Amino acid sequence: MIAAARAADDANSGIRIIVTPEGISLPLTLAGRGARLGALVLDMMILGLVMIAAVVALVYLAGDLAHFAGSKAQQSGARDVMQFLEILFVIGGFLLHNGWFLFFELGPRGATPGKRMLGIRVAARGGGPLTPEMIIARNLLRDIELFLPLAFIAMAGVGNGGAAGLAAAGWFALFAFFPFFNRDRLRAGDLIAGTWVVETHKRRLLPVMSLGAMWPAASAASVVLDPQPYRFGDAELDIYGEHELQTLERVLRDNRADTLAAVAAAICVKIGWTAPGAAETRPFLQAFYTQLRARLESGMRFGKRKADKFAR
Amino acid sequence: MKPVESNRPMLTALRIRFGAGNAPANAAIEAAVLRSDRFRQAREGDWRRLDILIGRLEAGRLRGLSDADVLDLPVLYRGAVSSLSIARETSLDEATLAWLEELVRRAWFQVYGPRQTLVGWGRGFFGGGWALAVRAMWLDVWIALAVMVAGGVIGWQLVAGDPHWYGVLVTLPADDPRIVGASRAALRGVLFGHGQENFLSAFAAGLFGNNAQVAILAFALGFGFGIPSLMLLVQNTGNAGALLWLYHGQGLTWDLLGWLAIHGTTELFAILLAGAAGLHIGRSMAFPGQLSLLDAASAAGRRAAVVMVGVVLMLVVAATLEGFARQLVENTAMRLAIGGAMLVLWLAYFYAPRRNPTRRA
Repeated sequence: MIAAARAADDANSGIRIIVTPEGISLPLTLAGRGARLGALVLDMMILGLVMIAAVVALVYLAGDLAHFAGSKAQQSGARDVMQFLEILFVIGGFLLHNGWFLFFELGPRGATPGKRMLGIRVAARGGGPLTPEMIIARNLLRDIELFLPLAFIAMAGVGNGGAAGLAAAGWFALFAFFPFFNRDRLRAGDLIAGTWVVETHKRRLLPVMSLGAMWPAASAASVVLDPQPYRFGDAELDIYGEHELQTLERVLRDNRADTLAAVAAAICVKIGWTAPGAAETRPFLQAFYTQLRARLESGMRFGKRKADKFAR
Repeated sequence: MKPVESNRPMLTALRIRFGAGNAPANAAIEAAVLRSDRFRQAREGDWRRLDILIGRLEAGRLRGLSDADVLDLPVLYRGAVSSLSIARETSLDEATLAWLEELVRRAWFQVYGPRQTLVGWGRGFFGGGWALAVRAMWLDVWIALAVMVAGGVIGWQLVAGDPHWYGVLVTLPADDPRIVGASRAALRGVLFGHGQENFLSAFAAGLFGNNAQVAILAFALGFGFGIPSLMLLVQNTGNAGALLWLYHGQGLTWDLLGWLAIHGTTELFAILLAGAAGLHIGRSMAFPGQLSLLDAASAAGRRAAVVMVGVVLMLVVAATLEGFARQLVENTAMRLAIGGAMLVLWLAYFYAPRRNPTRRA
């Protein structure tokens, strides 16, 4: 029952479990719709900047050509060169516009620079390898999802507007809101390609908890002499479970004096001790953490887990 | 968990390889009170090495990897996977678990990630992947062909019955000579005598004009169960049928056919394939068969994507023919010959039996 409830919770929270070929389950977090929109906007801004830079370069080149072209033959030659450059620009724009997403999403990170900045990437739905066909399919659909309806809206705005503009807006809305109407937040291109977009995290490996180095310098000496300055009985440790232990871990890693004092006071009320002094707060919590974890982990080794303080 | 010195070197090597050994001789290890923390300390070196290797792979800096690194990567990955599955059952260190899980996830993306570069994929594509994808949607190609032929016939018949339809079917700029009642000379003037025009601009105009847009639209509209794709095909060939009627009236049927065929066999084939690709997606969504709707749509979508890359290439070829060959060849028989040859070439490429069918679809 707990598993079923957890599965239902995961479906809404955007966590999907995939099983690797080694048989280990790995949770993937689906990227938020806002992050995906942000990534698209970032990519379009970068593309726009590249195009603007190209236009500026072309304009300068045109100015230089006009400056140097003297005779009639030279002018005609300069015009041909400019026409060639313009066509090169159009083809380059076409390749940039289509190749940008393909190139980066096929790379080892599976993400365009915009996606990378927002910590998301493309992955194959269900945990298979990501293939070039998938990337091509999901990006071909981008044209009708986004650029075509926007172009139609723009055209309708210039022309007679009315029905055409409404139809284009409806088209745009249909695809823009597509990710809101399915469980896996797929846009139409993801659906066709068999992909989804998931979060990537950049984490640092934090220090080992039950280590002298984790203890503040002031009490390090006493730790070496007496590694367990506080002793807690089984009944005192039994008031908490894994959830409380991990909350305590976060508090210890954050290491903020006021939080530490508040948590120490709460624990002392619960187990009927008098709260330790300011200097002793951290050693007290450290000892409590270490002994609670030792007790819970020894339970785990015998297949007994205690999820939180309410678990029996 | 101290490494056991053994007189059996094989066992020692295995122990070191699979993590039980390899404990750094570090005084800090002795200080770790908890068993699960000692577990972490014993393996942390391998994890960190995997982290560095994966970071290099992600950044695409493959030159920094030595042969030993490449050989060790799968072993390190499996080691990390094994560590994670043990740690999940023995350790309550949330930060370490989260970091290890992220490490395994990143490593999994690299180890089982894209196996192909764009170049490798392109080789498979031209070596038969494209033809295979086209053949896989044979039914859709036939349907699309039937619809296009029907569109041409309908276009002709409508205009033949009532010439007012011409203005509806064929949208032209105001000063275009191809109107109902135009003289033979005016109509012929469109087909011939453009040899002096600038090739490049004609090429670019053809490439980025109507065709690529129509093809992508025909494909993408397959999303609406394929019906819009079919309508687009009808509309496109209906237009050609009406034009053919106009030229037929002045006895220029073959001249127009030659003018169309030189690039049209390639271009219409491309539009046909694009429509078929769209229809393929639509059909698989309407009738997913044994698969789930999502699986059917994505299988069809990937196949259609391969075809669409080919369609874009065909349109580039068509634009080249339209921009250069049609201007240079001012002879109907030659134009028909070139168009026919292109058609035979495409058909042979897609449908001729191959000795070595490709491994990839």
